[in-house]
Amino acid sequence: MNCIIIDDEEMARVIIAQMIDNQSELNLIESFSNAIQAIKFLNQNEVDLIFLDIHMPDFTGFDFIQTLKNPPKIILVTSDKNFAIEAFEYDCIVDYLVKPITEDRFQKALQKATATVMSNFSKIATKQPVSEDTTKEFYVNIDRRLIKIEFESVKVVEAKGDYIHIKTDTKNYIVHSTLKKIEDKLPNHLFLKVHRSFIINTQKIIDIEDNSVLIGKEVVPVSRANRPELMKRLNLL
Amino acid sequence: MEKPNLTYIEQLAGDNSEFKTKMIAILKKELPEEIAVYKSQMQNNNWQEAAQSVHKLKHKVSILGLEKSYYLAETYEENLKNKVSTFQNEFEIVLEAMLNFVQTL
Repeated sequence: MNCIIIDDEEMARVIIAQMIDNQSELNLIESFSNAIQAIKFLNQNEVDLIFLDIHMPDFTGFDFIQTLKNPPKIILVTSDKNFAIEAFEYDCIVDYLVKPITEDRFQKALQKATATVMSNFSKIATKQPVSEDTTKEFYVNIDRRLIKIEFESVKVVEAKGDYIHIKTDTKNYIVHSTLKKIEDKLPNHLFLKVHRSFIINTQKIIDIEDNSVLIGKEVVPVSRANRPELMKRLNLL
Repeated sequence: MEKPNLTYIEQLAGDNSEFKTKMIAILKKELPEEIAVYKSQMQNNNWQEAAQSVHKLKHKVSILGLEKSYYLAETYEENLKNKVSTFQNEFEIVLEAMLNFVQTL
């Protein structure tokens, strides 16, 4: 089984690497000190198993899992005993190792992982249904006029009190509505809610920093909870 | 007070002296760095960040065989999350002992 390690602590990476080295069925391909590097790697490489730390700066292990479209099997490795229940809400997590890891416990986790990886070999990947919806625009009611707005022209939608501000390439519209209502109208493949007050057109992104995204000249905040979904949408090199 | 030891590292390394040397080198490098970060966070009252540092240091507490101190660190980490510094002195005495031990290796 090809595997990788993601842990911000070098000591932990070296210990896990040593245990992997003792197992003939495991092949350690790469170790990462942060999850972002690992996401980039996984965009171009397939692995069967990930040894993953939960507590890492900026991007936790659970944030990382949520960015994966088809996650491989994961063994969590952590100093925290409090996440066991949350951990097993994810089908991809096969075991939960508490640091410091012992050889015996590592072996047990590995046996579980091997059993599940082998059973998955025969599964056929299911295809996502292709959307048939060809609608390209929506209408907003402003001063008793129905104004057509092309989806592709919308850059950002911002909620302000009882109104939403729809910012397009050429014009801004203020509409009495809620972010939830417009979110339901906008196509999912183009738009993403990145903050409780902001929906963005992901095609209009210029760049992304830790907690914000630049759309045109506007810096839009990205909340921690919405960040994994944003990362999932990116075609990272 | 319990004393830091290399039992865990030696068990893990077995006959592999290269691995043992590597582990000790990492300890010598990472431990002072992590302690410095933790102390700076405490000085600036960054409770949540300090709790994360204690969380990280806990692993090294256990690697150095300090079982009772591990539980102390666990409680202290929870205290910091609640912006309470109870057990700060006790935890920092453990850190000092670890640092002194690692410097002798």
